[in-house]
Amino acid sequence: MTDPQTITALSSEFAGISTSEFRGETRVVVPRESIYAVLEFLRDKRGFDFLADITCVDYLNYRDAEDRFGLVYVLASTASNERVNLRVFLNEPDLSVPSAVPLWEGANWMEREVWDMFGIRFEGHPDLRRILLPDEFTAHPLRKDYPLQGRGERHNFPVLQRATS
Amino acid sequence: MPLQPASTLDELVQADERDYLWTLNFGPQHPATHTTLRLVLKLEGERVVDAIPDIGYLHSGFEKIGESLNYNQYVTVTDRMNYISPLANNVAWHGAVEKLLGLEITPRCKYIRTIIAELARISDHLLCNGAVGLDVGAITFFFYAFNQREVLYDIFETLCGARFTNSYTRVGGLMYDMTPLVIQKIRAFLKSFPATLDDMDRLLNRNRIFVDRTKGVGLLSREEALSRSASGPIARASGVTRDLRKDEPYLAYADFDFNICCATAGDCFARYLVRMAEMRESLRIVEQALENLPAGPVDVPIRERTALPTKRDVYATIEGTISHFELTMANRGFEVPNEEVYAAIEAPNGELGFYIAGDGSDVAYRARCRPPSFIHFAIFPHLIRGHTLSDIVAVLGSLNIIAAELDR
Amino acid sequence: MAIEVPENVVVSKLDSLANWCRKNSLWPMPFATACCGIELMATAASRHDLARFGAEVMRFSPRQCDLMIVAGRVVMKMLPVLQRIWQQMPEPKWCISMGACASTGGVFDTYSVVQGIDRFLPVDMYVPGCPPRPEQLIQAVIDLQDEIQRRGTLSGREFQTRARQEPKRALVELPIVTVPRGAGRLSHGTLH
Repeated sequence: MTDPQTITALSSEFAGISTSEFRGETRVVVPRESIYAVLEFLRDKRGFDFLADITCVDYLNYRDAEDRFGLVYVLASTASNERVNLRVFLNEPDLSVPSAVPLWEGANWMEREVWDMFGIRFEGHPDLRRILLPDEFTAHPLRKDYPLQGRGERHNFPVLQRATS
Repeated sequence: MPLQPASTLDELVQADERDYLWTLNFGPQHPATHTTLRLVLKLEGERVVDAIPDIGYLHSGFEKIGESLNYNQYVTVTDRMNYISPLANNVAWHGAVEKLLGLEITPRCKYIRTIIAELARISDHLLCNGAVGLDVGAITFFFYAFNQREVLYDIFETLCGARFTNSYTRVGGLMYDMTPLVIQKIRAFLKSFPATLDDMDRLLNRNRIFVDRTKGVGLLSREEALSRSASGPIARASGVTRDLRKDEPYLAYADFDFNICCATAGDCFARYLVRMAEMRESLRIVEQALENLPAGPVDVPIRERTALPTKRDVYATIEGTISHFELTMANRGFEVPNEEVYAAIEAPNGELGFYIAGDGSDVAYRARCRPPSFIHFAIFPHLIRGHTLSDIVAVLGSLNIIAAELDR
Repeated sequence: MAIEVPENVVVSKLDSLANWCRKNSLWPMPFATACCGIELMATAASRHDLARFGAEVMRFSPRQCDLMIVAGRVVMKMLPVLQRIWQQMPEPKWCISMGACASTGGVFDTYSVVQGIDRFLPVDMYVPGCPPRPEQLIQAVIDLQDEIQRRGTLSGREFQTRARQEPKRALVELPIVTVPRGAGRLSHGTLH
């Protein structure tokens, strides 16, 4: 559901991106250095004014994966109903990307959640702190090396008894 | 390079030099916060100068669970996300899974999923508007809404056994087909509901107190709505005419004749009116769907090896036996491509999308839910600045924040 | 507790009268977090009317309640809030843990959900279900009322019995077992 002209415009404007299609969706792999420019280009020149989602996938246990993290931006255009998925592959130790908050205000909380769950920093984010987990939590739970049941944080609380008077 | 610890909420609150402002904690346990969310308000008298949301009080690790449950088990967890319209979440989840698999479901299944998605929309809007009424003080409106929801619960219970948290859809089909009793009950509901809707309209639409409390409160302009990724009734009430049922038709929506309800005002009253109008449009869709419900099987054919075959096929045909064996034995299942998809539906709350990464097995590698409530709650501080303490409740109700979807 | 009575005063009739009064006017404090909260609202609505059993006044201030109904999953960020609200309720107070998530953690055996609030709070009645039907919640309230009538005391001595004072048997956390997912092999897909 992406206009082929968008793809050709993107490919001609930026080097280093590759596109693929699956089930009618176009996925564009963007290198980390040009992600902000690509997002700006898509928003201003191609009319992608709706940022649907920013999320991340941890490819630690994935078969044939070359990179650890894949950051995904799902964009849509309200005028032409196009959709495109952008992917940025990141590896430790430099897990940071420029923040998309100057472009879309809605990216604020989505990036905070990616930071909370995966530990990817967004440079230029106005307020990057944990959003879903308590501030004292130290791990990034959606990474594949964090167990589902946690590491004992969930029963680290005082036990209340009935008062004796 | 060691990462700097980010500031905590307390530091943020105390860092404000305007110490003539009064800090009030709103939540996480408060009757008007729809379950668990917290706002730290900075007030100047009664006026809200700033509102810092603090969420996560219901974060249960849904996305992590998605990496341990298979596609048919995870639908039970999707029920518990937006728990006032769980059928819509089921339809969204399995729509995304079927897109990943490239599976085309049968026409009857599409129509039934459309019907239940629209009934879930009515259920959601009834509770949302009922809660707005309750918070603003109109308790009769709330009871009317809840009474109608009980009728819907009856329908859902006859359909699949559970009042809500239904988990009705399966990969490639549904749990059970619709029986004639269900269709009869839905028709009875379609006959009786418009009268109640008219009653509810008469209660609040021109009620001076309600209009004064919600008109002009919580204004969201069109540009702000787009920039902040608002979707659903909240965006449509601000003038963004985007409805995935018309823009990217999925299921059987292309076959029906219905309108999208939009408004231009962008305040709480507009959101309330958009939801009331959407309920009427949903009734139209359900009526048309029931009239033209195609006959035929509900599940995909056996050769797809995704839906459990009927008992008759299991005992009588060899494909049925093999298919049943493949699906129920451990370490088997259906083959899923090593790809990632994003599929969204127009849930009652907005654009509910699932980003699924498959890895060959029947357990998702990554199951991400794009939660409309999460994104809408981020808009809240912008909406409430300058309003009074009593407007917080009206705005919060009109945004329809469901804490389980907010926190997952 | 409620009244200080000297040791040699027999108060049995007064006890049952006080228990009758207390049981028929339980003021619930709905601690509704998730889906069970909606069933709690449905129980209080017109069709299954909880007000018939005296539990009409759903006050949201803990200082004015005596029955806390914890409806929904409690995560570790919310548990201190729950404990603080429990401490703010005046005695005599009872707690109903509604639903599977409040009783045992339910479907959510994850890093952030408390596996049963009875690990950290004294609970008097458990209601199974996900979510429990309103009739089940009403049955739980009725059973609690029977319990109050039978065992309640004017001075609250029923809370001081040894059984109530013993620390909760610590439910052993199951060891965290990670099953390596074979690359490309169809995995089992059940929650370990």
